[in-house]
Amino acid sequence: MSSTQEAALRLQGIVKTFPGVRALDGVDFEVMPGEVHALLGENGAGKSTLMKVLAGMYQPDEGQIIIAGQPVRMTTPIEAKAQGVVLIHQELSLVPEMSAAENIYLGELPVKSFGRVDWKTLEERSNAILKRLKCSFRAEMTVARLSIANQQMVEIARALTVEARVVIFDEPTASLTDAEKVVLFDIINDLKARGVGIIYISHRMDEIFTLSDRITVLRDGAYRGTLITADTTEDDVTRLMIGRSLDLSRDEEPPSFGKTMLEVRNLTCPGLFEDVSFTVRTGEVVGFYGLVGAGRTEIAETLFGLRKAASGEILVDGEAVDIVSPRAAIAMGISLVPENRKEQGLVLQMNCRDNMTLPQIQDLTAGPFVSHGAELAIFDQYRDRLAIKTPSWRQSAGVLSGGNQQKIVIGKWLSMQPRVLIVDEPTRGIDVGSKSEIHQLLRELAAQGYAVIVISSEMPEVLRVSDRIVAMYHGRIMREFEIADVTEDTLVQAISGIKSEKTP
Amino acid sequence: MSRLNDISVLRWLMRNPIWGFVLLIFVFFSLSADNFFDYRNFQNILVQTSTIGIIALGMTLVMINGNIDLSVGATLALAAAFAVDVQSWAAFATWGNWQILPAVCIALLVGILMGAINGFIVWKTGVDAFIVTLGAMLGIRGLVFVYTGESSFFATNFAYSDFSALSLGPLPVLAVIFLLCVMVVHWLLSRTVHGRNTYAVGGNREAAVNAGIRVGPHMILNFMIIGFLAALSGVLLSTQMGAATPNLGRDYELWVITAVVLGGTKLTGGKGDIIGTFGGVLAIGIMRNGMNLMQVPAFYVLVIIGAILIAVLFLDKRFNTSNDGGLRL
Repeated sequence: MSSTQEAALRLQGIVKTFPGVRALDGVDFEVMPGEVHALLGENGAGKSTLMKVLAGMYQPDEGQIIIAGQPVRMTTPIEAKAQGVVLIHQELSLVPEMSAAENIYLGELPVKSFGRVDWKTLEERSNAILKRLKCSFRAEMTVARLSIANQQMVEIARALTVEARVVIFDEPTASLTDAEKVVLFDIINDLKARGVGIIYISHRMDEIFTLSDRITVLRDGAYRGTLITADTTEDDVTRLMIGRSLDLSRDEEPPSFGKTMLEVRNLTCPGLFEDVSFTVRTGEVVGFYGLVGAGRTEIAETLFGLRKAASGEILVDGEAVDIVSPRAAIAMGISLVPENRKEQGLVLQMNCRDNMTLPQIQDLTAGPFVSHGAELAIFDQYRDRLAIKTPSWRQSAGVLSGGNQQKIVIGKWLSMQPRVLIVDEPTRGIDVGSKSEIHQLLRELAAQGYAVIVISSEMPEVLRVSDRIVAMYHGRIMREFEIADVTEDTLVQAISGIKSEKTP
Repeated sequence: MSRLNDISVLRWLMRNPIWGFVLLIFVFFSLSADNFFDYRNFQNILVQTSTIGIIALGMTLVMINGNIDLSVGATLALAAAFAVDVQSWAAFATWGNWQILPAVCIALLVGILMGAINGFIVWKTGVDAFIVTLGAMLGIRGLVFVYTGESSFFATNFAYSDFSALSLGPLPVLAVIFLLCVMVVHWLLSRTVHGRNTYAVGGNREAAVNAGIRVGPHMILNFMIIGFLAALSGVLLSTQMGAATPNLGRDYELWVITAVVLGGTKLTGGKGDIIGTFGGVLAIGIMRNGMNLMQVPAFYVLVIIGAILIAVLFLDKRFNTSNDGGLRL
């Protein structure tokens, strides 16, 4: 693409290989000053590797990085920053015990004589940057005491200590609430107006279409094309990403519900959720929708024995139960696919098979030993049923893609034949293709007679998978919708705490 | 076909680099130390390493479980003191050689008890195992001095001190016990429910709890196993010496951890195996034996082993992080 303007940053034919993997295969990419250029691709498509090349963390095997017309070599993140290229990490990389100011200037603290830190300058400069970002907290605050959103702001502030030419945002909204996103988008637009080139990586189509000027798609480490956002549709982008069209329609077969499998009456846990009552029938998916912090995850944790409710009743299959631990929950047939699969769901160093059979190996023994045959039988069955892609059961779970990891966790619980399956944020951090597979899977599970609870912060997701939607706000159930009656507007009102006349 | 075997042997060595190292030093000392390549010397190496080796098996369990036990040297000394002392108790005076039996049983029970206390404190208080067992290391060593009154106990029953000179077929009895322990602990770790859950708890405690695994009992069991093995090691060591000294087993925790870490077990838990630990134990045994035969002064031996520990772990990091699909920064 030739233009009169010089690109802020241009990559030509970047190749990066790791033992056994060609992570980047001749990628071309450019970002103009004052442009938001979105980078899209499924997990494993090479986005993160490309960004690490840009940020000086990896050296490309072949190809050139050209900044403002000059070919450059960057061997460390500090060098990249000196060139005006800064990466805002997907996972926060702050030192929690240090102040915001120290984090902002980490590695570049201003010094006085004898190598002493110049605290005054440090705090003045840091507070100036935070003010520019319209942050309400002071730079002297310890990072550990800041909210996740404010920590993200510190991460962004770090990028602004130099005159940035190019700022890379890697999944910046993953842990932000809607209000916080608005602030972030303001900052991005502000940077853009000053002529900074922005590279924006995200899985969320709505954000990409709101923010970006152009979209570049990677697949399997290779460049697949660049689209002008204004002239394109989500469908075009998806097709480029996964190489086929996505079927977003629901199966039209009317679901048939059975008996009430789970009933919750007036469940209360002070400060987290209050007076929560709902039921889930067999064959039904109940979606819990609400903002982060609305108490949905906490309800799931209570049902799974990780928290104790102060009052209220839980009935499983009509019987009042006291769930004191995950162990007890599992024995009652309640399973939880947790929000955070890497921290809560999987033992990453363990192989796929062992992860899948973890809750039930005590029942898979032959004499004193675990029966490998019985384990493999279960693994094979659920690998086939859930279409898990792994070269072998010996693969450690940590190296699989997010979608396949999630399927391992789901398979782990399905193999326990649960009566109630709770799935918290089933597709967080999962690419578009696997996302639709997991949605399909949740529908199928309901059709097979499981009672399923899906907790999600993504509206398209709850709309797609649920038969009924429970809308929560500040620890309370605001409203329950049958899927046929729900509209996006009423749903948004319900989770924002706006009462409508129809509130029961 | 043979090519295929070559490749799988190579892969196996890549996953267990310590065995490549063992092979290397074995060849090196065979060529350069005069009396190294000799069946009797091999027996020697097994006997010399059995004390550290037996404890290293337990340390592998505890470390995979996400903990560590620094009190093994002190536990070894305490168990040895009991084993030697109880034989001479008046109550067993008429038992003849049978007096050894209650002595050894009490010594092993003491080891199990020390382990159980460590495990219970780690589980219930949530204090890091490093701190808890550091305290236990000092405390138990103190108990040893209290018990022995700062002097050594000598075995009065000669059957006891002759035990270590016995052979079972072609192997000295101490080597046989060590190899038996290797096999039993290997099976325990790789094939039983407890072994699997040990990996799960060490690898990701939260995920293990979410899978309904009871963390505490597994931790306590592993501490009891290492306590038992440390005591067993103490008993065997005291049969070799015919005595128990209050300073017995000093620094053993460091040798044991060195062997386990050389064998590829991670300090962070969730990773490691007995095959690796066995390799690590042999590596240390062969190096000490070989350098001794070459008359390298003992202090240099320490310097060399220390350097090799760091070098081996550096190489392991280089090989095994690139296999995970990326650099760890």
